[in-house]
Amino acid sequence: MSAVIGFLTGILASMGLGGGFILMVWLTAFEKIEQRAAQGINLLFFLPIAILSLILHLKNGLINKELVKKLAFGGIIGAIIGTYGAQLIDNQALRKLFALFLLSFGLRELFWNKSPAHENTPKTSDYPLTK
Amino acid sequence: MKNARNFFEGTLCGFLNGFFGSGGGVVAVPVLEKENCKPNEAHATSVALILILSSVTTLFYGFSGNLDYSAARRYVPWGAAGALLGSLFLKKINAKTLRRVFGGIITLAALRILVL
Repeated sequence: MSAVIGFLTGILASMGLGGGFILMVWLTAFEKIEQRAAQGINLLFFLPIAILSLILHLKNGLINKELVKKLAFGGIIGAIIGTYGAQLIDNQALRKLFALFLLSFGLRELFWNKSPAHENTPKTSDYPLTK
Repeated sequence: MKNARNFFEGTLCGFLNGFFGSGGGVVAVPVLEKENCKPNEAHATSVALILILSSVTTLFYGFSGNLDYSAARRYVPWGAAGALLGSLFLKKINAKTLRRVFGGIITLAALRILVL
């Protein structure tokens, strides 16, 4: 079963589609691993997968390096605060908060799954100038 | 002004990814799309950003002894195979159906954790 879970997680994680959630749910709900430990496993799992995906995405010219630079600084500060915060609350509370986070993500993907703004904006050709 | 917003968005993404050890992409992808990335470009770029954030978080997890290497190792080879497949297809796929199915699965999983 770890093969199936790893494979599915790898596909979705490489696409930035929230693949880590599969592994997290598997580890906590089925393998009965505590929330914080599961988070550690998910992080360890993600690093090599992300490096591999990144090499392929770079080859395909899909990485916007400029934006990575712009967001990384705040991101690193947030990562430190978040990691520290997770150590302060107990596993059960962390687990329930995680479930709420999952729920909001799941519902968004189900119901607000629109393409990004610039694809939804009507093109000028949709509104011919001649009336 | 825009820099400040990027800083805040980055911080939020980093915070969630650090707090939950996953899910930074939930914030990163919409932010990147708003910055005029094409959908597949946004998804790929989010992996790059989350890799940086997860590295930082993993380092801190390591300090506090919360890392189980042998458990992670069981999933990595299969994950790598999945990542190869996923990366090959990301350039081509329309992720819409995939996202909706996945959203349904995750919603059910969340409810299960909340109730049990």
